[in-house]
Amino acid sequence: MATKGAVVLETRSLTMRFGGVVAVDNVDFELREGELRCLIGPNGAGKSTFFKCLTGQLLPTAGDVLIQDRSMLGEPPCRIAAAGIGVKTQTPSLFNGLTAREHIALAVERHHGRDTAAARIDEVIDRFNLGDLGRRLVGELAHGQRQRVEIAMVVAADPWLVLLDEPAAGMTHEEVDRMVALIHEINRNATMIIVEHDMQFIRMIGDQVTVFHQGAILIEDHVEVVLSDARVREVYLGA
Amino acid sequence: MPDSARNRHILVAAIGLLILFGLPVVVDLVTLLEISIYVVYAILGLSLGFIWGYGGILCFGQAAFFGLGAYTYAVTAINVGESTGPFLLAILLPLVFAALLGAMMFYGRISDVYMGVITLVVTLILFKFINSTANETWIVGKARLGGFNGIPAFPTLNVPGDPGALLDPEQFFYVAMVFLLLVYFGLHWLMTTRFGRVVVAIRENEVRAELLGYDIRLYKTAVFAIGGGIGGLAGALFANWGNFVSPGLFSLAQSATIIIWVIVGGLGTMIGPVVGAVLIQYITTLLGQQGVINNAFVLGGILVLFVLLLPKGLMPTLGQLLTRLRRAPRRPARRSAEQAEGGRDGH
Repeated sequence: MATKGAVVLETRSLTMRFGGVVAVDNVDFELREGELRCLIGPNGAGKSTFFKCLTGQLLPTAGDVLIQDRSMLGEPPCRIAAAGIGVKTQTPSLFNGLTAREHIALAVERHHGRDTAAARIDEVIDRFNLGDLGRRLVGELAHGQRQRVEIAMVVAADPWLVLLDEPAAGMTHEEVDRMVALIHEINRNATMIIVEHDMQFIRMIGDQVTVFHQGAILIEDHVEVVLSDARVREVYLGA
Repeated sequence: MPDSARNRHILVAAIGLLILFGLPVVVDLVTLLEISIYVVYAILGLSLGFIWGYGGILCFGQAAFFGLGAYTYAVTAINVGESTGPFLLAILLPLVFAALLGAMMFYGRISDVYMGVITLVVTLILFKFINSTANETWIVGKARLGGFNGIPAFPTLNVPGDPGALLDPEQFFYVAMVFLLLVYFGLHWLMTTRFGRVVVAIRENEVRAELLGYDIRLYKTAVFAIGGGIGGLAGALFANWGNFVSPGLFSLAQSATIIIWVIVGGLGTMIGPVVGAVLIQYITTLLGQQGVINNAFVLGGILVLFVLLLPKGLMPTLGQLLTRLRRAPRRPARRSAEQAEGGRDGH
């Protein structure tokens, strides 16, 4: 794996059990500054559970999560987010009773003072082409538009680490193309983890990939190496 | 602020001011006294309407803050001999109590069901405790708590700084109405601030709000405390209205009544709990004047009817109806315009 910057996120022997089921099994993981890492794996591989352990939505049964060398174990999601981490969940997770603009405002106002917030909100609205949607309640928007609002909201907070869980789910081909370009653009300023199971999308992003299988890491390498690996084809593609 | 919301506020303010200045002129003192208690109940309804409708926290024990406010006022007024300090304390103590209770529940990550149970139990404990203070050993300074007999007499509201200048019933009405308008518009203003936006966001989607970096426990505690303080304010006004407080203020029946006001008036609106409180209490007063039907039976029936037929409550349903009526005349106009256009094409 190509080395980029210093290690900014690390898990040590991370384990998550639900009763007798081990969803994440003793995972040691490292992410370096500036990386764009994809987590892939078949359904039930443990990638979303792993993701939730990173974001504080789940408290791991054992092990540790370190962000910039600081243990975040047991910290609530708000503290992890406040450390500069932007999270997009698997299904669009929005506030249906608020407008798209209010969503961006909520993200921006968390980090900006009143004097700079308005300009930043306008900037994000323009960047994500939300001008026409800005005044509409997000509960009335189509799925792809909701995905766009959520990612705009995540980016609006200027995170240095962005975690996206299935950002292309339910999108049209054109929307997926735009999403790929957007991910590369975000990656210019932020380290990223993307959880995805769409192999075509992973190829389009084309960077480092970690494959999960039965809660553990099966292989970590460049996308082309991973996709040509016989073990991956067997467990993931069923070939 | 959208134009429709501004118009609604102007309408409510106009009606409020009309009631404030017009009612004492046109109704007799007994009726004004009766309306004053509706105003107090409207403030109490708003306290739960804010916690539940905007904060998304169903509190089964709103009566706890109401009773605490009333008792705090009565006990301190007896000891101090004037009303200003006790009145402020009657708001502050329930606010602090709600903040502590809220912090315990929200930082403890207690689920909604258990939150309902805890608030219910807290009210019950206070009810039982106050009921058991009939013994003459239960004295706070000069004030006897009186147990099930309550506290029958204490200094009522006076002009701040002048304990001798007691307010008469008409002046009490003005005070209660001004507080109702202050609470109503104060809460509306609060909801337009960044704090209000975060509160609505938390109600809509807790996980998302937390992933944006907002500490939902802190915000919920703040909402609960504000609602507790407003409940205390209503309690202090209630104590002044009747110059009497009793353990019944903490009762489950009182808590259930507040929930009924909010459900009937409309959850998620500020005007709903106000209308619900006034309407239900007016019906209760009317029913109290007859002996044919049991009050509780009728109120229960009203609640069941609203839950089944108007689940959104009176005011949101009326709002929808008005919107539909406002749109209705446009359709024929559009049709006639289309016909006219078609006619032109045809010619």
